[in-house]
Amino acid sequence: MSPLFALLRRDLKLAVRAGGGAAIGVLFFLIVVTLAAFAIGPDLALLARIGPAILWLGALLSTLLGFDRLLSLDYEDGSLDQMLLARVPLELALCMKVLAHWASAELPLIIATPLLGVLLNVDPVGSAAVALTMLVGTPALTFIGLIGAALTVSLRRGGLLLAVLVLPFNIPVLIFGVAASTAALSGLSFAAPLGILLAISLVSAVIGPVAVAVALRQGMD
Amino acid sequence: MAVLTRLSGIDLACSRAGRLVFKNLNFSVDRGQMLAVRGANGAGKSSLLRVIAGLLRPGAGRLVLEGGDEELSPGEQAHYLGHQDPIKPSLTVGENLAFWRDLFGGSDATATALNMVGLGTLADVPALYLSAGQRRRLSLARLLAAPRPVWLLDEPNSALDEAGQMLLTRIMGEHLARGGILIAATHGALGIAPAQELVLNPDRPLPHVQTSESTV
Repeated sequence: MSPLFALLRRDLKLAVRAGGGAAIGVLFFLIVVTLAAFAIGPDLALLARIGPAILWLGALLSTLLGFDRLLSLDYEDGSLDQMLLARVPLELALCMKVLAHWASAELPLIIATPLLGVLLNVDPVGSAAVALTMLVGTPALTFIGLIGAALTVSLRRGGLLLAVLVLPFNIPVLIFGVAASTAALSGLSFAAPLGILLAISLVSAVIGPVAVAVALRQGMD
Repeated sequence: MAVLTRLSGIDLACSRAGRLVFKNLNFSVDRGQMLAVRGANGAGKSSLLRVIAGLLRPGAGRLVLEGGDEELSPGEQAHYLGHQDPIKPSLTVGENLAFWRDLFGGSDATATALNMVGLGTLADVPALYLSAGQRRRLSLARLLAAPRPVWLLDEPNSALDEAGQMLLTRIMGEHLARGGILIAATHGALGIAPAQELVLNPDRPLPHVQTSESTV
């Protein structure tokens, strides 16, 4: 089996095994959305209007939970050292880790979005728009999270610092994600904000792994 | 692939947290030879091995490989056995080993390596249940599952029982007999007389190298 595929398969296995944390994000998402619905009250018109924003905010916060596992577990048990000795480019290995993390932690959020949209009285078209914008925007969140994970990798229990570091950089993704979703509901142009979201994801996919690989190679001491 | 015949370090220096650990360090190990790195705690044994593996950048100096694949760095031709055992508790023993074998491009069945280190019957057990010595044995199995010409072992005998020590001696001997290069940091005896010893002294950062067939 090719080294990169082996890494992808191992990370997916780890995510779904005991203690892997794949389900935590979705449960947290459910709780945040439910709490928002309780806090705002039974004003259906208001919920429908701000629903896409709540869904996006809930998903954004849920993604934060997984980032501290992205690199630090491999750092703590010496696996990261071994990956540096493998004959595969570290950049591609990091892409595999991001892909596995996205598939196990963020894809479930996207799948859950239409269901949670019902809780918030969001129009089905709106829910679909939120799910689509998340599909396009969550890769950017993951790659930004990867950078945060690399910065805090040598700190034990650096999860909270990581969340504080990463959140400000997620603001553009949030803005254009919500803008595209609400545009779809109000009949405005959906393509422009979605295009910008896609651009943010592509740029972070190019910069993220390269920057993190450099940081990890330099910072091993 | 051409055979790696010699690994040398020239004028290596290393500092950690602003403190000089060693400098002007030279060594040269031929194939089939073992270099034992000795020294007190904090003398820089682990740092030296990490520098050779490419996990730490040397402050000065360079590593030279003779023979071998020119495209590959010393680290990419080496197995590094550090203090930690890179083992995932939620994967089985076999899955853990299969992952490292695949990552390092090995092709042998994992059962062969597991039987060799005495973990053959535990292949389907989650690694969570392994003792410290068994985790060490699983790490040793990694060295066997994907062949690489250079072994960098950092106190390889820690946590191993008597049978484990003998096992370690045997696989180290076989690695040397195959023409491998072995650099081991150790306090105690490893059961094999090293061709050379490198003594690091924290108070005097000019390491002392002696070539001997001695004193193990």
